[in-house]
Amino acid sequence: MVSAAVGVTGRAARPVSRRGVLGLLRSTGVAGMASAVVIAVATVLAVFGPLLAPYNPKLPDLGMAWIGPTGGHLLGFDFEGRDVLSRLLAGAQSSMIGPLAVVAGSMVLGAVLAVIAGWRQGPLDTVISAGLDILFAFPGILLAVLAAAVFGAGLTAAAVALSIAYMPYVARVLRGAAMKERGQPYVAALEVQGASGTSICLRHIVPNMLPLIVAQATIMFGWAMVDLAAISFLGLGVQPPAPNWGVMISENQPGILQGYPLPSLAAGVCIVGVVIAFNVLGERLFEQAQAARQ
Amino acid sequence: MTGRKGRGPGAGQGDATAAASRGPLLAVDGLTVQLPVEGEHRVVLRDVSLEIRQGEAVGLVGESGSGKSMTARAIDRLLPRGAQVQGQIRFDGRDVSELSGGQLRSYRNRVAMIFQDPRAHVNPVRRIGDFMTEALRTNLGVPAAEAQRKAADILGQVGIEDGRRRLRQYPHELSGGMLQRVMIAAALLTQPALVLADEPTTALDVTTQAEVMAILDELRRGYGLGMLFITHDLELAAAICDRTIVMYAGQVVEVRESALLHSDPLHPYTAALAAARPDIEQRASRLRAIPGRPLSAFEAPAGQCAFAPRCPHALAPCLAAVPELTELDGGLSRCVRVTELRGELEAADA
Amino acid sequence: MPEQDRAPAPGGLAAPGPAAESNGTPPGTDGRPVLEVTGLRKEFGTLVAVDDVSFTILPGRSLAIVGESGSGKTTVARMITGLERPTRGTITACGRDRSRPARSARDRRRRGSEIQIVFQDPYTSLDPRQTAEQAVGEVLRLHHGWPADRRQGRIGQLVELVGLDSRQARALPRALSGGQRQRVAIARALAAEPRILILDESVAALDVSIQAQVLNLLADIRDETSVSYILISHDLAVVRQLTDEAIVMYRGRLVERGPTARVLDDPQHPYTQRLRASVPRPGWKPSRRQLVPSEEKGD
Repeated sequence: MVSAAVGVTGRAARPVSRRGVLGLLRSTGVAGMASAVVIAVATVLAVFGPLLAPYNPKLPDLGMAWIGPTGGHLLGFDFEGRDVLSRLLAGAQSSMIGPLAVVAGSMVLGAVLAVIAGWRQGPLDTVISAGLDILFAFPGILLAVLAAAVFGAGLTAAAVALSIAYMPYVARVLRGAAMKERGQPYVAALEVQGASGTSICLRHIVPNMLPLIVAQATIMFGWAMVDLAAISFLGLGVQPPAPNWGVMISENQPGILQGYPLPSLAAGVCIVGVVIAFNVLGERLFEQAQAARQ
Repeated sequence: MTGRKGRGPGAGQGDATAAASRGPLLAVDGLTVQLPVEGEHRVVLRDVSLEIRQGEAVGLVGESGSGKSMTARAIDRLLPRGAQVQGQIRFDGRDVSELSGGQLRSYRNRVAMIFQDPRAHVNPVRRIGDFMTEALRTNLGVPAAEAQRKAADILGQVGIEDGRRRLRQYPHELSGGMLQRVMIAAALLTQPALVLADEPTTALDVTTQAEVMAILDELRRGYGLGMLFITHDLELAAAICDRTIVMYAGQVVEVRESALLHSDPLHPYTAALAAARPDIEQRASRLRAIPGRPLSAFEAPAGQCAFAPRCPHALAPCLAAVPELTELDGGLSRCVRVTELRGELEAADA
Repeated sequence: MPEQDRAPAPGGLAAPGPAAESNGTPPGTDGRPVLEVTGLRKEFGTLVAVDDVSFTILPGRSLAIVGESGSGKTTVARMITGLERPTRGTITACGRDRSRPARSARDRRRRGSEIQIVFQDPYTSLDPRQTAEQAVGEVLRLHHGWPADRRQGRIGQLVELVGLDSRQARALPRALSGGQRQRVAIARALAAEPRILILDESVAALDVSIQAQVLNLLADIRDETSVSYILISHDLAVVRQLTDEAIVMYRGRLVERGPTARVLDDPQHPYTQRLRASVPRPGWKPSRRQLVPSEEKGD
């Protein structure tokens, strides 16, 4: 039975765990649901893209270069005569996996540091926060350039560099949430019971931060995708001829001025579409997470 | 249906006799409010009627879900968006729901609200002085210097010395008790005719509460203001209010002269509420707890007395229909058995 | 400590024999104090939150710490439970010193089984993601290595002891009212079978009618388990109802002590008198006193 207090807003928030994932998505509104669909499609492509490609994405055929949409080639050919649609489908994999790695890496690192800083507080928190502040000063792309210089160009180096660059963002947001949970009486009750700090953090503090973590990860996926596309565009990420949306923008760029904008723009649209979807969904989830914490 | 003619004892000032002939300052008539919750509409106030005369202090007592805060918000037009309101609220004869724009602002100058948690209702990045004088300067066009002088003056009246210095301070520099005094002072600054005090002392220490109550009482009488004092504490309301209204599950269940509330309550809920409190003068072997828990209007069973499931005196007629408010001995009661139970309900220990 | 294998007495935890009289020592314990606090002091930088507080609690007796905000009463509670470390002074519970933080996990758990606490706010004192059963179960798992069915049995007993039904026990806190949540918090605290239960304004946030239920419940629990309460409260009527002895704190200092009845009927210290005079009751009229600037923050 819902508790008697209706609250000033007249609305009672329902717990996420009750609603399930579908209910959660439904509550993000039309925009949120549309974004979720786009993301789902992109994920499917990332997994099955190469299998779905109607033509070979890697086989050049210079005689067909820059030809527009004809017959079974819905998006025409790129600068090397490869089917653009096939290349987009195949490129989904590297375009999505990169951000995924970045998000995973930065979230894990950031969450661990945030929870430790939020739990222990005091001098350890000061040191961690100072370290994060220093890392904040490095823009992601700069770190990626450094990584490419040291380790050679490629997706791995770029992803690692971005993980490190994003980590302080994550840690800052999560640290606030961790500290708030830490200050809650139920945590004190568990301490008085004699539970260890680690078990309280893992079993109680982190689960209560999950809505925020999920929201943050979703938003960051979008940022990571843009940054990785830019890095690949610069030639420091995924190397041509491997299919990748960022690379496709770059390698087909000469076509824009020559009157063949489609290959480059198509890749751009894919990136923008997926990024917007992640941003929109992420922000909706973020709002939900904030509201749930009131 | 409404029977509003409670004979509240006058405030003792000349105002009251003149006021009695002028009609009530505030008249709430058949107020029913529904709020949208998760797609459905939930009733939170059911047919609430009350009256406050010029210069009269009326207490509004209830537990969670009683609707006491919601009533105050309805009066001040602070209901959440989507709320459906039926019934009428008339202030000085005018229908409050028809006011808008400048009229609404001037209405809010005449009806001041004091909230439970002062910190939640004050902007932490503005100085006390700015906050206090805002209504004076923007709505009433009072020049800044004069507004500051008045503010410092009234701070003195609520017991804050060195008003000028305080006006330059920020809210976080004041304790909860001091901030609440500031809120009271700010509320009185626009010389309202009616003060709505929503649990103004609940968040305060008991000694601070006593002090703040005394200030509120003194100033109210001094300025001849009407007051609706909302609280969960029956004795607190009785201390400074001439009449007390008891609410349960979104309805008015009793209206009574405060002095008679303990010795001669007219509704089983009032008696039970008073009896459930531990006595500071002696330990009871067992407190007389009311079984169950206080319900909101939408949770209470429909078509019958809302309190019946928890009432030790409930009989078949109590479940047959929603009881009307009956007048008895100058008070009102929403109990069908009020005449039979008279005298058996007193709150003193058995 | 009651034997774990004995069949539970009807309606509650295994009682250590015939019910204890309210004024006598519970059978099965010696007359040693369950809690002894001497010269307790806590400084936060230059602020002295607690200054030289000492008291003793005998088995079966309950103590009230009365005070308002800034009195230091909550800090005292936090030091006793180990959430805060005293600057000076000693705390001895069940014969063992606990003035310094526990050194091992086993130590921490043992302390948890000696002193427990129920907080004021029912809305934040439970993990919003745990049902009552899970919260109580976690505590049981922490203190005992029991098989699942035995643990379930004890959960059932505790839930029943605090007056919740099985549906409420399986509900998340959001579906429970304030009073029901406090019952869960009490059950969780009792799962550790503490000798001392600190009630930090635990009924202050409850409706009057619910407060009465919970106070009755606390009295029943005390009769069944012989736990000692430390009630931290500014509500003198509740203090009267639940405690035998009282100490009054003002600005970190202990200004008065004695049997609860005497402290409330015949207060000696001016602050206690003022406190007593501030309590609303039929016929009471609040009166102003001169504001003393030095007492109010911001000067």
